[in-house]
Amino acid sequence: MKIIVCVKQVPDTNEVKIDPVKGTLIREGVPSILNPDDKNALEEALALKDKNPEVHVTVVTMGPPQADEMLRECLAMGADEAILLSDRAFAGADTWATSNTLAAAVRKIGHYDIIFAGRQAIDGDTAQVGPQLAERLGIPQVTYVQQFEIQGEDILVQRALEDGYELIKVKAPVLLTAIKELNHPRYMSVGGIYDAFREKEVKVWTLADLDVQKQEVGLDASPTQVKRSFTPEPKGKGIMLKGSTKEMVEQLVGSLKQKHVI
Amino acid sequence: MNFTLSKEQEMVRKMVREFTLREVAGIAAEIDETERFPKENVEKMGRYGMMGMIVPKVYGGAEADEVAYAITVEELSRACGTTGVICSAHTSLACWPILKYGTEEQKQKFLIPLAKGEKIGAFGLTEPNAGTDAAGQQTTAVAEGEEWVLNGTKIFITNGGEADTYVIFAMTDKSKGVKGISAFIVEKGTPGFSIGKKEKKMGIRGSATTELIFENCRIPKENLLGQAGKGFGIAMGTLDGGRIGIAAQALGIAQGALDETIKYIQQREQFGRPIGKFQALQFEIADMETRVNAARWLVYNAAWRKSKGLSYGKEAAMAKLFASETAMYVTTKAVQLHGGYGYTQDYPVERMMRDAKITEIYEGTSEVQRMVISAATIK
Repeated sequence: MKIIVCVKQVPDTNEVKIDPVKGTLIREGVPSILNPDDKNALEEALALKDKNPEVHVTVVTMGPPQADEMLRECLAMGADEAILLSDRAFAGADTWATSNTLAAAVRKIGHYDIIFAGRQAIDGDTAQVGPQLAERLGIPQVTYVQQFEIQGEDILVQRALEDGYELIKVKAPVLLTAIKELNHPRYMSVGGIYDAFREKEVKVWTLADLDVQKQEVGLDASPTQVKRSFTPEPKGKGIMLKGSTKEMVEQLVGSLKQKHVI
Repeated sequence: MNFTLSKEQEMVRKMVREFTLREVAGIAAEIDETERFPKENVEKMGRYGMMGMIVPKVYGGAEADEVAYAITVEELSRACGTTGVICSAHTSLACWPILKYGTEEQKQKFLIPLAKGEKIGAFGLTEPNAGTDAAGQQTTAVAEGEEWVLNGTKIFITNGGEADTYVIFAMTDKSKGVKGISAFIVEKGTPGFSIGKKEKKMGIRGSATTELIFENCRIPKENLLGQAGKGFGIAMGTLDGGRIGIAAQALGIAQGALDETIKYIQQREQFGRPIGKFQALQFEIADMETRVNAARWLVYNAAWRKSKGLSYGKEAAMAKLFASETAMYVTTKAVQLHGGYGYTQDYPVERMMRDAKITEIYEGTSEVQRMVISAATIK
């Protein structure tokens, strides 16, 4: 079985601040990490490999050369192979252009059974790249996967909803996006770290390596433009009403009238 | 001259730090309070390669280098001195001598499970009457047919009772004195080998420190480690490396106490401002930080020399001496800067101060380190 895991290097948002004037993220001095949901995606692939050593796990990312470090971390956790899609032409990509580039890479990899991706990256929070990639490849997708199981030819997944879950049966090839409830990611291992540098390599693919045109990737192919980044104002504390139904309705109506809502 | 760590070493630090924050820090106070050996974490450390750092892959190890090993003990000890010494004693005092002096059969049988963390190792040299004067071994080993018969008592053995594989020193020929000492590998469960009193200690209370009792304990001939009569050299060679591990533990304890203190003085307010705004305290931090950094480079230098095959006995002794004294200095200051709160168990610095003290004593007291350093310096 061949598994592809899509990962992204993101700034650790626990450490990130927003420039109050420009409204953009201040990235200087902020450590970069493997996107948390992507770690869950990788863990699920590695758990399959634990059960069956013939499972082959390839991690793919699009990013600057510095993303090499994150890919080595994925190798140190146990992935077999890492591919870095890196080219000046890919820079400035929105989700549309990113998924196009990733799709070209997946087609170049060729055969695969499952693509795991994180639900969303903590820097953009769009949750679009996974689903777009599935659409471009013409394969089924299940997002928000909180439980995963292989039953013979079928893949059985629980898709988390706000108030429950859907139980979905799919067949490979399929793209699944992971949420943190799916599993507890392992740490890198010491031996894995040394192997990641000693025995494994990070392949770098540029635009020239992919069957995609320059105008289909990067900033030029990105219809989205970020106008402003900001932290939404936190909502005020809610009020819990007490008493009988009648009393609570009276309090509610009174309060709404007072605020001129009704 | 290059003071930068390799990418592998940096990544090991990142990984052990993450492991320590998530798995170790949260139970450090509890295992201290209840004197509980943190089995669950030792098992995980084995799974992630932290119990076989310096052992080659062919023997089940991670085949990392000595600096990465020192970093691992340092990072574990930053939150928990107990966890640091479990790793250090296992690695430096059990894995290393078997790797260095063991036969291929001994490595296959004993080293592989130790390096994989499936088994825990310990080292038995100290006796009631053979502490700093380690040559005064009273434990005896007598050859009888295809076996060695051991009799005697070891004390203060780190990982005692929890360990499965013990490197034990005994007198095989009293007439030869120091040259009559030999090293053996003894397995837990061997008839005649029992665990005696468990010490109640001031610090590193989650670490098991026990007596080992040998009463007509028969072990196979092939469990002799190295040549008969070469045991004292094996013990001293092992301790040279062990000191790097303890120095790294001391360094970690010092760094942990410094981290806690920096956090505290920025939060604690007196006279209308955080106490960290007072220059007297800022200068204390400067002195603590300077000593911690000096200790770190002594430790990494000794570890680096060991991994490069250079002599390291004197450097390891200097690292251990300075790092352990730094740990005492920094943790004592840390308690002082925390004021009354620092004296209570509501903050971790009192535990760190208790843990720090042992680093000036075990694997050679500070006095022994000064003997080693002066002997290597005054020629």
